[in-house]
Amino acid sequence: MAQQRVIVVGGGLAGLAASIRVAESGIAVDLFSLVPVKRSHSVCAQGGINACNEVARQQGYSEYEHFDETIYGGDFLADQHPVLEMANWAPKIIDLLDRMGVPFNRTSEGYRDLRLFGGSLFKRTHFAGATTGQQLIYALDEQVRRLESEGKVTKYESWEFLWPVLSDGPDGRRCVGIVAQDLRTMQIRAFRADAVVMATGGAGLVYGKSTNSVICTGAALSRCYQAGAAYANPEMIQVHPTAVPGADKLRLMSESARGEGGRVWVPRRKGDSRPARQIPEAERLYFLEEKYPKYGNIVPRDIATREIFDICVNQGMGVDGQNQVYLDLTHKDPEYLTRKLGGILEIYEKFVGVDPRHEPMRIFPGVHYSMGGLWTSFTAGNYNPAKPQPAHKSGSVPACDAEIGRGLLLGAPNNMQTSIPGLYAFGEVNFAFHGANRLGANALLSCIFDGLFSGVSVANYLANGAPSMAPAEGLPQAEFDAVVAAETSKQKSMLDSVSGADASDETNPYIIGREMGVEMTAACTVVREESRLRQCHTKIGELRSRQRRMALGDAATWTNQALSYARAVGDMLTVAEAMVAGAIARKESRGAHYRADYPERDDSNFLKTTYATFDPASGAARIEFREVDCSLVLPRARTYGRVDKEEAKKPETAAAGV
Amino acid sequence: MTASANGSHKPAHTKPAAKPGRKVRFKVKRCDGPGKISRWETFEVPIEPGSNVISCLQWIAAHPVTTEGVRTTPVVWDANCLEEVCGACTMVINGKVRQSCSALIDAYAPNPGDEITLEPMTKFPVIRDLWVDRSRAFKNLTRVRAWVPIDGTYNLGAGPRERPNDQAVRYVLSTCMTCGCCMEACPQFNIEPDEAAWDTSFAGAHAISQARLFNMHGTGAQLKGERLDALMGPGGITDCGNAQNCVKVCPKEIPLTESIAAVGRSATIHALAKWFTGP
Repeated sequence: MAQQRVIVVGGGLAGLAASIRVAESGIAVDLFSLVPVKRSHSVCAQGGINACNEVARQQGYSEYEHFDETIYGGDFLADQHPVLEMANWAPKIIDLLDRMGVPFNRTSEGYRDLRLFGGSLFKRTHFAGATTGQQLIYALDEQVRRLESEGKVTKYESWEFLWPVLSDGPDGRRCVGIVAQDLRTMQIRAFRADAVVMATGGAGLVYGKSTNSVICTGAALSRCYQAGAAYANPEMIQVHPTAVPGADKLRLMSESARGEGGRVWVPRRKGDSRPARQIPEAERLYFLEEKYPKYGNIVPRDIATREIFDICVNQGMGVDGQNQVYLDLTHKDPEYLTRKLGGILEIYEKFVGVDPRHEPMRIFPGVHYSMGGLWTSFTAGNYNPAKPQPAHKSGSVPACDAEIGRGLLLGAPNNMQTSIPGLYAFGEVNFAFHGANRLGANALLSCIFDGLFSGVSVANYLANGAPSMAPAEGLPQAEFDAVVAAETSKQKSMLDSVSGADASDETNPYIIGREMGVEMTAACTVVREESRLRQCHTKIGELRSRQRRMALGDAATWTNQALSYARAVGDMLTVAEAMVAGAIARKESRGAHYRADYPERDDSNFLKTTYATFDPASGAARIEFREVDCSLVLPRARTYGRVDKEEAKKPETAAAGV
Repeated sequence: MTASANGSHKPAHTKPAAKPGRKVRFKVKRCDGPGKISRWETFEVPIEPGSNVISCLQWIAAHPVTTEGVRTTPVVWDANCLEEVCGACTMVINGKVRQSCSALIDAYAPNPGDEITLEPMTKFPVIRDLWVDRSRAFKNLTRVRAWVPIDGTYNLGAGPRERPNDQAVRYVLSTCMTCGCCMEACPQFNIEPDEAAWDTSFAGAHAISQARLFNMHGTGAQLKGERLDALMGPGGITDCGNAQNCVKVCPKEIPLTESIAAVGRSATIHALAKWFTGP
């Protein structure tokens, strides 16, 4: 039998972890990435990675509590079995990263140090300075380089995924390869594979400026969705409370700044224009600490974001009357700050020109993470209580232990497989795990967990599923050539538009992309409301008609970045449409999705996954709702111990990162 | 603490008062592809607060018209994170190599009439315009076996315990982005079009420093001999001319010259040991 092959698209944490696991099973891996994998967006993760650990365990914490926190943090929208398995694997994943040489911060005895993070009262976040994502991806990058040197992984860097190749067999349609383009030579060609893993990250660029890297357009997700894969919870976009506005992007200021004691405040008196350090303690409003005495500054992200919005946009109490609040670390020892947070303080210092060890930082929320993504399935494990449990109490006996297989059946071929057999989704592009809001330091975990855990599922699919009967290698060439021809023709029509370029903003792909970002940020971020969302939906339709008439500014047949970007703009509009359609359909408030016109969570109607499928005729999303797996923990009100001093004012529609 | 030796990354502690609505002139060295002749194009870009080289290149992409009023193509460049942590957007700005995302316009061109020149790095082949092919820098990581040889991904417990002081040293070494600054600035590191010669031409400060990083790790030290062997041959440690440019341009302030010295000492000991005991 011919050598079986798996294609992994995306070289961030999820893609690298998947490559390692699949290659270990003796299957050849072809790894595609827009950038050298070491430069993937995972490098931007700062704060850390969550896992139960011995210290927290002896204080009453457990894997089960990590699971419970993640479900509660996600406002009960996540299917529960996958989250249980992920939390159970977390300590094993930390051990593995440790063995790979990740320089985790250490205690004086040489154990791994821990820090506090949002949504937990226990120190359960492992970290390497304040560039944990960079350190983790380097460790995986090194292991993949080792596998590459042994001929087990082949890298295709600076290649763009264009479309999945689907084949109709006796058991239905499945994914048998991809069509991709070399961004230097512009060669378009097909690659066969017995399974394809999408590990292509989030879609922050749909919002123009976000904390995401420039490759995080969501185009790859969009292309799978247009090819028939379902897109789940598209409306669930995390707006990070603390970003630093910039001319080119919003730079993340890690949650670890608050975990290490950072305090969020504004002057108590509106319009107080004194420099921060001249405002006495009593004249500062620490609004998170006052409203959430239990969690204080480490409430989850959606809550902190809305509170900052309320202070700035509704109450007009932002610093200097602008959309900004202080994030203050100046009460901490500068040396301690350098040791624990050096990387992120340096970013602020470099990009703003102010030393946050001595001056409070000025921050504002920014689009950060896509909880939604390609819909995936799973096979539940062997923990199935007679009825869902109430909230877990710290220190009490966990309802379930941390044995492998409690949450998910290890190796089940459908684990994290999309609605198209043979097409998997790992990492941020997978909708599983984070529900309606992701807890800080759970993203790195979910990426690596997906790769390591569900990599086994991919191997089993190859061994026992359709590829074992009909290997991709033996399928007719015409099936692959047809997709290459379609992509080549798409490219030709774009290149042909150059000659007719009238250089107007109307048809300029960069201007269309920018307008999409501004509109999405204004209508579909922190506070949403029906009529504004509908207006946004109409605007996307207008941008779509302009995109169809787009005129490219570069006719080059060598290294044409303008072409690649313009192609992505069309795909981003498709993603934006689904996000807005989901936001309109979900008439409730849950996690990151806050509807001013439906401010309460509505479990009876919307404790459901938004399941969007692409309608090729209209180019729009068909929205259905599917049941959520709530068989382990009973949904409960998500308050984080809020204390209301005055009746909550109804916030106006507001936008992030403007 | 972030000021590097040449001062190019030194942050201003007060915000320079840039005039709103002013424009800055960019001179960009352009090249359509390998073997093509380079040319200069000039653009005038409006500046907003916090503008950096990236935001200006983004503006040019949307408005690709030169100061002479000639319509041209968007400039091609490499970028990703824009937080100076991925290493992609390295280029030569006003004659110095650095990341373009952290190059703030107010610091580079504070006065009316100031001009900023952008050029591709010279030690790597140009793909197009400002985008260069740095595969050789990654190949050199393979050459020094820059990894920990783990026994696979099965659950085998924790890695070796480590003193915080050792972690602090390893952490800094491990922030290397393979951005290419140290190679661009090094007089011993030269462009090498022949891929077959990469394994015998100078490995560069970053690769030597990575060898030190993995030699310091409990399990990584297993391959110490192989790493030192690789760095004792042609293009290894003895090719370093001690110009010390590398450490001056490193955006992460990695003590590259210390690393070269440390690996040099290890190599000497390794050579003596081999001489006495046989290979």
